[in-house]
Amino acid sequence: MANNFLLEIGLEEIPAHVVTPSINQLKKRASDFLSEQRITFENIKTFSTPRRLALFITGLADKQPDIDKSVKGPAKKIAQDADGNWTKAAIGFSKGQGASTDDITFKDVKGTQYVFVEKHIAGKPVDEILAGMKGVITAMTFPTMMKWGTYSFEYVRPIKWLVALLNAKVIPIKILNVTADRITSGHRFLGKDVELANADEYEEKLTEQFVVADAKKRKELISKQIHKIAQDNNWKINLDPDLLEEVNNLVEWPTAFAGNFADKYLTIPDEVLITSMKDHQRFFYVTDQDGKLLPHFVSVRNGNDYDLQNVIQGNEKVLTARLEDAMFFYQEDQKKSIADYVERLKKVSFHDKISTMYEKMQRVQVISRYLGKLVGLSDDELKDLSRAAEIYKFDLITGMVGEFAELQGIMGEKYALLNGESPAVAKAISEHYMPISANGALPKSNVGAVLAVADKLDSILTFFAAGMIPSGSNDPYALRRQASGIVRIAADKKWNFDLIATLKNVIDDEEKQAVAPKLDMKGQINAVSNFMKDRIKQFLDDLGIRYDIADAVTSGSQTNIVFNIASGKMLQDHKDDNDFKAVIESLTRVQRIAKKGSFAKDDLTVNPDLFENESEKVLFEAVKKADDGFTGLGAEEDFQRLAQLKDDINTYFDATMIMAKDDQLKNNRLRQLTLIANMIMFVGDLDKLVVKG
Amino acid sequence: MTEKLSVQEIILRLQKYWAAQGCMLMQAYDTEKGAGTMSPYTFLRAIGPEPWNAAYVEPSRRPADGRYGENPNRLYQHHQFQVIMKPSPENIQELYLNSLKELGINPLEHDIRFVEDNWENPSMGCAGVGWEVWLDGMEITQFTYFQIVGGLEMDPVASEITYGLERLSSYIQNVNSVFDLEWSDDVLYGDIFKEPEYEHSKYSFEVSDQEMLLKHFNEYEHEAQRLLKQNLVHPAYDYILKCSHTFNLLDARGAVSVTERAGYLSRIRNLARWVAKEFVAARKRRGFPLIKDEKKRQELLKDETEEK
Repeated sequence: MANNFLLEIGLEEIPAHVVTPSINQLKKRASDFLSEQRITFENIKTFSTPRRLALFITGLADKQPDIDKSVKGPAKKIAQDADGNWTKAAIGFSKGQGASTDDITFKDVKGTQYVFVEKHIAGKPVDEILAGMKGVITAMTFPTMMKWGTYSFEYVRPIKWLVALLNAKVIPIKILNVTADRITSGHRFLGKDVELANADEYEEKLTEQFVVADAKKRKELISKQIHKIAQDNNWKINLDPDLLEEVNNLVEWPTAFAGNFADKYLTIPDEVLITSMKDHQRFFYVTDQDGKLLPHFVSVRNGNDYDLQNVIQGNEKVLTARLEDAMFFYQEDQKKSIADYVERLKKVSFHDKISTMYEKMQRVQVISRYLGKLVGLSDDELKDLSRAAEIYKFDLITGMVGEFAELQGIMGEKYALLNGESPAVAKAISEHYMPISANGALPKSNVGAVLAVADKLDSILTFFAAGMIPSGSNDPYALRRQASGIVRIAADKKWNFDLIATLKNVIDDEEKQAVAPKLDMKGQINAVSNFMKDRIKQFLDDLGIRYDIADAVTSGSQTNIVFNIASGKMLQDHKDDNDFKAVIESLTRVQRIAKKGSFAKDDLTVNPDLFENESEKVLFEAVKKADDGFTGLGAEEDFQRLAQLKDDINTYFDATMIMAKDDQLKNNRLRQLTLIANMIMFVGDLDKLVVKG
Repeated sequence: MTEKLSVQEIILRLQKYWAAQGCMLMQAYDTEKGAGTMSPYTFLRAIGPEPWNAAYVEPSRRPADGRYGENPNRLYQHHQFQVIMKPSPENIQELYLNSLKELGINPLEHDIRFVEDNWENPSMGCAGVGWEVWLDGMEITQFTYFQIVGGLEMDPVASEITYGLERLSSYIQNVNSVFDLEWSDDVLYGDIFKEPEYEHSKYSFEVSDQEMLLKHFNEYEHEAQRLLKQNLVHPAYDYILKCSHTFNLLDARGAVSVTERAGYLSRIRNLARWVAKEFVAARKRRGFPLIKDEKKRQELLKDETEEK
């Protein structure tokens, strides 16, 4: 029963970021395959390096379990003729079951005799099943696939060798011209091919050939080596997990080493130095205990420490060349003024179908001025905001950002300060890109936050107006991420503003100031607003708020991010209240009946002279009281006020015939209900709530 | 330690090595181009079913990379050593690593890695999968399995190896500036190329006549189209190369806005796709003479006829 199986796919170097997802995929596929094939096993251990994906499956059953089953055939009277001879039907059936008429028995089913064949299906032996691992290997998918040689087969990289060993026995698998055997390949330079007597000795034999096949062990080894270097030198080294993961998948036999660069390069901004080291060279940067950058780096060789000095010198030389370039850009960039750069943005396109970058900045000035006032920025903040919006994209055409695109904004902040801009303006320039990922940090300063919202809002609005609307997984300009950014910033800053009103007003302002692009932006207001609502829903979903609640609060009459979120949280808090169901039922009854009337906004005056019963008067007074200042109270207080109307509403419905024959009476009552419904819709479309008994 | 070889010795050894692996030694192609890939010995020959193994040095001009001869690593014109093998041999990685040994680079004394880098040249309708080869952290080679060339899917697949000769040489000679490289035993790289670097940079960034270049671009494009219509594949391809270089000059001059850029690139791409198709058609008319397996050759010719 103790069967162990080793499967190794030897490949030309797999992209580092693909290694871990691929080995996980291989494990899952193998495990699913074995389950489908009814072969039990105890455990699957994975191995992965840049050149191999391997599984070590332990405790495999010897074979599939046998299957015994009775197969029902035709009724006895059809299976035998009057003389008791087998009919064609019986012969055909037994044949179809791989048996003969001799194997037929009769059984009673609900009072009728039927033909049965008792079947015994012997389970296939495990080695036969494992040959099917070929399908597991070839079914793998990768983010980028390639062809090679004369084959039409596509894979992540060319397959160089295969090992398929069940204990000591080779399982026959052949893919293209590669036949599985018991020979694996060692480290590309330090090791050699090695024959495995059995599956169990895989890891050990590879270690002898300078391959640490266990990715986790390899990563731990790298961490340990780097920690030792840090300790020996009294350095601090930030083991960035993404970088460690990447480096781990670039090496089979890691040896960490430290290198240096000249002190003079420390005058270059830290961000540039770190980008050069981390993103371009996959180096870990080094600081002192206080976090100050030091002129050293740590990298990991794919090999041992033989002639390590050579490798260190080479890496130092490469880094120096990069830093020399960076220093050149840093100095050259400072020779021009911000005004020069801004002028040149007139020739840089934001998007062909929209405008230049300069024109985008003009629009964002209008939007940020409007938003800044709306959310109550101070005069000083408004001044900084106005200046920031005038220049905030200037760094896009500096040499440094041309070379290190990932430093956009960051260099803008640096250069703005060097050019004498205020710290708030400089900060806003770097903050306007935030958040740069789904959970990325948000702008801290108010100026930066308004600029970030204005910039994103402009992008979404203009892209929609130019017909480039995200659909499905197609969102090349990351507009969803930008919309989520707006939601997160507004929520973080608790900035109350209605999106539809804002969009309308800023488009008007842009048109007045003749900076609007020649696109139909007004026609896209609803589409943009719905697009934003989806992001608000997503935000609420991430907070664990029930879907129907998120749906309800984003379907109300306001598109106010902060209010919608507060409303969602409020309903989530109240959903288990004792009277919640009763309140919602009574309110949604109002909503539904109110729909039968249709009145202009200024035509909602209820006439008390037309009341016929006491409940009408009571509700009228209660609504008047509840409506007083309703829109300025916040979601919680609004809901409390609505909830308090419950009894009056119920009494009203009991005593009053809404759809009276007299139109005057009917409309007066529908106006009353519409007033309440409008208050409800201010909180959200509560009719979308799913309220269970 | 690595033996110090002159640049020309490095070229000679690479030529000798790859010739021994069955590559024809071609000469640099005489029309300006940005990379060895754009030589007809790669771009055109990679297309279609015929085998092709070639190696050559290609001086490659990239006007925007010019630095007036002041930057130690950036050049208006650098040299690539290009190896193209179709179909890609099973052991192409090993062949490549052995070529480094010929240059005195013993992998055990260095850190050699294959780091993912999927190459693309959208203006020529090309895409491939492969790596940058790192030697002690320095990218010395681009290693690519072509997947699409001129918009056509590869069958069979060609492997392309492009050594950056200046980088490789400055590593082998251990110099910090390419201008300090010894081209031959007595003459430095700077002695030969420093002045042209300055002049070409000056020309590309400051002096070039934009109007003339714009006019040329349009004329070259028109000429390429005219020739393609007459099945004159190779002359047409020369004009496509001229379009590409002229565009690069305009780009370096800052004469092309981002919006226009996309337009120019797509015009070049359209020509590249067109010439790719015409080239295969022309080879087919010639009967794919480089396919030595007669049965296969007949099959391919038959296939193609039936498809029509």
